[in-house]
Amino acid sequence: MSDITQDDVGYVAPAEVDDQDLYHPKSWITKYVFCQDAKVIAIQYSATATAIGLVALVLSWLMRLQLGFPDSFSFIEPSDYYQFITAHGMIMVIYLLTALFLGGFGNYMIPLMVGARDMAFPYVNMVSYWVYLTAVLVLIASFYVPGGPTGAGWTLYPPQAILSGTPGSDGGIVLMLISLALFIVGFTMGGLNYVVTVLQSRTRGMTLMRMPLTIWGIFTATILALLAFPALLVGAVMMLFDRLLGTSFFMPNIVEFGEHLSYGGGSPILFQHLFWFFGHPEVYIVALPAFGIVSDLISVHARRHIFGYRLMVWAIVIIGALSFIVWAHHMYVSGMNPWFGFFFATTTLIIAIPTALKVYNWTLTLWRGNIRLTVPMLFAIGFIITFVNGGITGLFLGNVAVDVPLSDTMFVVAHFHMVMGVAPMLVVFGGIYHWYPLITGRMLDETLGKFHFWVTFLGAYLIYFPMHYLGFVGVPRRYFELGDTQVFDSSVGDLNAFISIVTWIVGFAQIVFLYNMARSYFKGKEAGQNPWGACSLEWQTPQVPPGHGNWGKELPLVYRWAYDYGVPGAAHDFVPQNMAPNDVPMAEKGRESSRSRKA
Amino acid sequence: MNFFRQLTEKPWLPDQNGVADMHDGHVSATPAARIGLKMFLIIVGVLFFLLIVSYAGRMAFEDWRPVPQPWLMWQNTAMLILASVALHLAQSAARRDQWNHVKIGLLAGGAFTVAFIVGQLLAWQQLVEQGIFEFKNPAVALFILITGLHGLHMLGGLVAWGRTADKVWQRDGLEVTKIRQSIENCTLYWHFLLAVWLVLFGLLFSGNDNLGILLTICGIK
Repeated sequence: MSDITQDDVGYVAPAEVDDQDLYHPKSWITKYVFCQDAKVIAIQYSATATAIGLVALVLSWLMRLQLGFPDSFSFIEPSDYYQFITAHGMIMVIYLLTALFLGGFGNYMIPLMVGARDMAFPYVNMVSYWVYLTAVLVLIASFYVPGGPTGAGWTLYPPQAILSGTPGSDGGIVLMLISLALFIVGFTMGGLNYVVTVLQSRTRGMTLMRMPLTIWGIFTATILALLAFPALLVGAVMMLFDRLLGTSFFMPNIVEFGEHLSYGGGSPILFQHLFWFFGHPEVYIVALPAFGIVSDLISVHARRHIFGYRLMVWAIVIIGALSFIVWAHHMYVSGMNPWFGFFFATTTLIIAIPTALKVYNWTLTLWRGNIRLTVPMLFAIGFIITFVNGGITGLFLGNVAVDVPLSDTMFVVAHFHMVMGVAPMLVVFGGIYHWYPLITGRMLDETLGKFHFWVTFLGAYLIYFPMHYLGFVGVPRRYFELGDTQVFDSSVGDLNAFISIVTWIVGFAQIVFLYNMARSYFKGKEAGQNPWGACSLEWQTPQVPPGHGNWGKELPLVYRWAYDYGVPGAAHDFVPQNMAPNDVPMAEKGRESSRSRKA
Repeated sequence: MNFFRQLTEKPWLPDQNGVADMHDGHVSATPAARIGLKMFLIIVGVLFFLLIVSYAGRMAFEDWRPVPQPWLMWQNTAMLILASVALHLAQSAARRDQWNHVKIGLLAGGAFTVAFIVGQLLAWQQLVEQGIFEFKNPAVALFILITGLHGLHMLGGLVAWGRTADKVWQRDGLEVTKIRQSIENCTLYWHFLLAVWLVLFGLLFSGNDNLGILLTICGIK
C-alpha cells in the first residue's frame, strides 16, 4: 500500500483518454430490450442464465428422486433419467455458469471497474446476448421434439450420442449441437468485447496492474474461452455432419441389432480430445472469474489489501496457460499411451502450485484483517474451504493409478460438483450480495442472506461428502438404478436417500434467495453510495445505480490500485482509486499518535 | 506496448504511482476495432489448426483413401492471391488519398473473391461429376467441411467488404481515418484468410500428400 503524502507530485492533468461515442437509446425497446448498454445486457444475461439454471435445478431434483427412492416414481423412465442428467450438466456448466460469470459479471463489472463508459463494441455486445438467448431457446426446444432432448451425457461422447439406442438421438442431439454452436458464436462476439475493452478502454491512470483482480479473472477466462470454444465448435459441427450427412468423423464400424450400420472408420477418441481440449479450460473459464471476484470480496470485507497482488495476477495467467495442457486427464481410461498419461498427470499436478499460491494469499489477506462477517464474506470464506476440498480430490483423480479405479464412480461426480459447481456458485452468490446494492441501490436482507448461506454451504457438504464415500465403495455414476445387487452395502441406499432429501432443502434455500432479491428490490434498505467502503472504481460513480454512460461528464482519473485499505495516516480505512493524493482526508494528529503509541 | 514489463509493476509502491498516474489507459495505440479483429483472427486460426489436426489424425489410419484433388483448386488459389493483392493495393492507395485507385482495388478484390467462392463450388461439382463425392469417405467429408468453413469465412468477409465499399463510395461526411481503418481491416482479414488457405491447400488439398509426408517424418504415419 502507498503512504499518503500531501504534496503536488501526484497532480495529474485532466483525462486524455478519448471519450467514447456513446449510444443513446431513443425508445423503451432500445433502452430495455434491444439495448446496447452493457449494464442492461449484463442483467439480461443474468436473468436468462438464472431462468435456465432453475430448469437445471429442477432436473437435479428429479434425478435425486430417482436415485434416492428407486422404483417409487413411475413417471421417471430410464430414458428420462439420462435426459435429465445430460440437460442438467450442460445447462449448469455452459448456459448458466459461463454465461453468468462472463456475460453477467463481465458485462456489468468490466466497464465500471476499468473506468469506461461502455464496452468497446456495444452493438456487437447486444447481438451477443440475443444469439445466446437463441441458443437457450433452441436448447429448450429440444425438450419438445419427438424423442425429447439428448440423453447422451453432458460430454456427448460418440458413437452412442447419435445412435438410436440413446434417448433423444432423433431431433434432440441435433438441436443440442446447434444450440452449442450458437452459444459459441454468441460468446465469441461478447468475448472479443470483454478483451478489447480491458485492453483499450481503461481510463487514465488505470494501468493493467492497478486493475482489480475481478477484472484479471474475467479477462483471462475470456481469453481461455475464446481459444477453447473453437474445439467444441469443431466437434459439434463434425458430429452434426455424422448425424445428418452420414459422414464418419467419430463413428467406427458398428453392428446394431445384428445389422452393420453405414458408419465406419471414424475415431470416437478424436471427439474426446476435441471435447476435453475445450472441456478442461472450461473449468478455469468458470474458476478464474471466481478467483478474481473472491479476492475482491475478501479484501473489501477484511478491510485489508490483497496479499501478494502481483503473484495473484501471475497465478491467474499461469493457471490459464497450464489449463490448455492438461485436457487428457479426463481420458485416462480411453486407452492412451502410458507416457501420455504420465505427461498429463504431471501437468495436472503442476497446476496445483499456482492454485495453492492463491489459497495461501487469500488466507494471508484474512490474517490480522479487520474481518467483517457480512454475507458476501461468508460466501467468500465458504468458497475457499470448498475449493480446497474439491481441489484436493482433484489431486487423487489427476493421478492415473488412483483415477482408474475411481473413474466413472460417484467420487468423480462429488469432486467436480465441489470444485466447479458449488465453489463457483458460492462466489456467484457472494458477488450478488456484494454488488446488488450497486445494481439496485438497495441492500439484500442480511438475515435471509445468512440463512441462504448456511443452508447452502452446510447442505453442499451433506450432499457431497457422502457422495465421495459412495464413489469409494464403487457406486457408478450415470446408473438409473443399482437394482438388487449384493455388491453394495445397504448403507448405499440409505445415503442416497439422505442426499436426495438434502438436495431438496438446499434447493429450497435458493428459492428463498430469489425471494430475497425480489423483496429487497422494493423494500430493501437504501444502500447509499459505497455501502461496503470499497476502493474500486465501480463504487465511485456519481449515481447509484450507475447512470447511462457510467461517469457523468468526465471519466474518472485513477491514482492508485484497488486495494488501499488501512492506509497509515488516512482518516478513513479506505482510499478510493480515483481520489487524488491531495484530497485524501488525513487523520487528526492526536488519533494518529495514540494509534502509534498502541502500536 | 510492453505487456510483460507492465506485469512486473508494483502498484502498491509510492514510486510506481508517479509513473502509473501518467498512463493513458491504452495497452497500445492500435484502434480497438483492429485489436478486436486480430483477436478474432487468432480464434479463426485455432479453428483451422484444430481441423488440420483432425485431418491428420484421420489420415494416419490405414483405411485412408485419398481423393484426387480438382485442378480448379490451383486456379481458385490464384484468385484468392489476386484478391489479397488487389485489397493491398487499395490499402496503399487509401494511404495516399488516391480514392479512384481505392475503388478499383476494392472492386477487383471483391470480384476475385467471388470468383474464388464460385470456383470452390465448381470444385465440389467436379467431385460430384467424377463420382467420388461420397460422404462416407473421410477425405471427401473433411474436404467439404474445411473448404466449406473457409468459404463461409470468405462470405462473412464480403459482408465487411460491402460495408467498407459503401463507406468509400459515400465518403462525404465520414472521417478519412475511419475509412482507411476499414480498408486496412478488410485487407488484414483477406491476407490472413489467404495465409490460412495457402496452409490448407499446401498441406491438404494440393494433391501432393504433403501432410502425409509430414506425418511420416514425425513418425505418426
